[in-house]
Amino acid sequence: MIMSSDPKVAEQPAKGRDQLLHVANLKKYFPIRGGVLNRVVNHVKAVNDVTFDIARGEVVGLVGESGSGKTTVGRTILRLEQATEGSIDFDGADINRLNKPQMRRYRKRMQIVFQDPYASLNPREKIRTVLGHALALHNIGTPSDRDDRIVALLEQVGLSSDYINRFPHEFSGGQRQRIGIARALAVEPEFIVADEPVSALDVSIQAQVINLMDDLREKFSLTMLFIAHDLAVVEHISDRVIVMYLGKIMEIAPTRALYRVPNHPYTQALLSAVPNPDITERKERVILKGDIPSPINPPSGCVFRTRCPIAIADCASIVPPLKQVAPDHYSACIRTAGV
Amino acid sequence: MTEIADPAAPLLEVDDLQTSFVVGEGQDVRAVDGVSFAVRPGETIAIVGESGSGKSVTSLSIMRLLPKKVGRISRGTIKLRGRNIVDIPENEMRAIRGNDIGMIFQEPMTSLNPVHTIGTQIAEVVMQHEKVNKTKAHERAVEMLELVGIPEPRRRANNYPHEMSGGMRQRAMIAMALSCEPSVLIADEPTTALDVTIQAQILDLMRGLQKKLGMAIVFITHDLGVVAEMADRVVVMYAGQVVETGTVQEIFTKPLMPYTSGLMQSIPRMGKSETKVRLQTIPGYVPLLTKLPSGCRFRTRCSFATEACAAQEPPLEVLDSGRSVRCIRWRELDLLTVKATA
Repeated sequence: MIMSSDPKVAEQPAKGRDQLLHVANLKKYFPIRGGVLNRVVNHVKAVNDVTFDIARGEVVGLVGESGSGKTTVGRTILRLEQATEGSIDFDGADINRLNKPQMRRYRKRMQIVFQDPYASLNPREKIRTVLGHALALHNIGTPSDRDDRIVALLEQVGLSSDYINRFPHEFSGGQRQRIGIARALAVEPEFIVADEPVSALDVSIQAQVINLMDDLREKFSLTMLFIAHDLAVVEHISDRVIVMYLGKIMEIAPTRALYRVPNHPYTQALLSAVPNPDITERKERVILKGDIPSPINPPSGCVFRTRCPIAIADCASIVPPLKQVAPDHYSACIRTAGV
Repeated sequence: MTEIADPAAPLLEVDDLQTSFVVGEGQDVRAVDGVSFAVRPGETIAIVGESGSGKSVTSLSIMRLLPKKVGRISRGTIKLRGRNIVDIPENEMRAIRGNDIGMIFQEPMTSLNPVHTIGTQIAEVVMQHEKVNKTKAHERAVEMLELVGIPEPRRRANNYPHEMSGGMRQRAMIAMALSCEPSVLIADEPTTALDVTIQAQILDLMRGLQKKLGMAIVFITHDLGVVAEMADRVVVMYAGQVVETGTVQEIFTKPLMPYTSGLMQSIPRMGKSETKVRLQTIPGYVPLLTKLPSGCRFRTRCSFATEACAAQEPPLEVLDSGRSVRCIRWRELDLLTVKATA
């Protein structure tokens, strides 16, 4: 195990690169109301003290199961949800503190691609209107050259320009996701949050969309936070990967290291649980016991300890810090990465 | 005295099944078009396909659960232990469902009743199929919950479905499906809505139960990783038809039909490459059943298609080895064999 010689590095993973986004101690708690007075009786701790950064031009994968908080992280970064605590530094500005007009300037630079593009497209609007709105809202181009821009956008995402006058329902799932991507690209953003962009698609279509995103990323030097539960897809597209469990980061590592030498017992279990399409090889499987606990009352100490095969008594009292275990590789486990 | 059944005889045999849907005035589409397969005791057969392939309609047809106004079995036979069940009256079919053929679905909430406790629901199923009293039936329900790995089964039996997590509900549904010890289990995307760590638990559970009870399983899924881990034999469907069948080994290591091979190559594989590799894709989209191309249904997306492929529909050719393939060019094609390590 390689330990960093500089202990400060461990506090701020991957500092020193050209950071576009730096998220520090991010928390997002959703209140639960109840009782006759409808008071706040408890909180869902969806994101609980999360710190990471993304370098310019980097694609960071964010993986986790239901209740891990991965989607909330993405939404909070874009201020689709207001953070409860913490800072979100985007290119030098804490966007958490910006007012509406200030935020608008940043909105143009940050976009989102959703899992279900159909739910995010107005069924009564033609594709021309859908994409035209995005351009008009951010004052891109003149009304007269907008059609040309829309045609160019459609071509970039592999759709025929004939589609400009069609409605969302006339498209298949894969085509709709291409439209969702075109809409995100319309405002020429630097940063894209892609939230499960290929999960709803069939295998053969999924591969098309992954390749498209890979191409566009290259072409427009995009920085991306790619949120997904499919570990194979994430490996394919990401430079680094963050693994979350119950609102906390368990491990951050360069993609290759995470998949070859996962440090955290949760990452190891997660990787071993993925059904393997290669029938020529059979691997040992770690089958985790029990269910993911409720984010309302997460376990004390390490949130993973209730399902962890190597948990000890100390795991209930110590909140494991993210410790460096190799260059750019951090893990939050007192058993495998130290206290 | 009952005859000793031939252990190699198929339990469930689907032959030339055709299910038609009414789509407009007098217009029918065949969502399932001439599908045949058989499954033996203790065997798992996987039906794989993408959306619109007809795999779920096949399972609903076997269970006779398609709404009459929407779809009907228009041709073919479904034999359970040699007896054709396509035309038997509904009350006889009801006895078969649960008793002989159990079924689990992707979304357990649709098959669990929200106003009854899990224990009551399982006990009810038990009482419908066996002459036991309420107390005995409840005891059986608790046993079943324990069998599927639900902790504190006695307490959990008194829970309502909404008080359980997704993984727990899926187990409860499996417990219910298995409570009558069906000889055939039809599992339609049973783990698709679950997280991978829970999916691993459920698949492990199904394998264990199959070993113990000797069930035949028809596993319907689009997840090729799950197929590789669960199936003995594989049926690949495309646009309502079977396009290839074979053992799991044959299908995964040496696919003969371009669609199967394309599917195999478009799945991202984990931990395989040093550097990023581009995924192979199948161009285009699955055709609508109302707008099928002439000839081979896959030809518009197939990189090996020739004029001959458009001329007539290729038959499903059965090879000596027992596997079958629907492609007129399979002999001359050298499809990429999926390598163990790329």
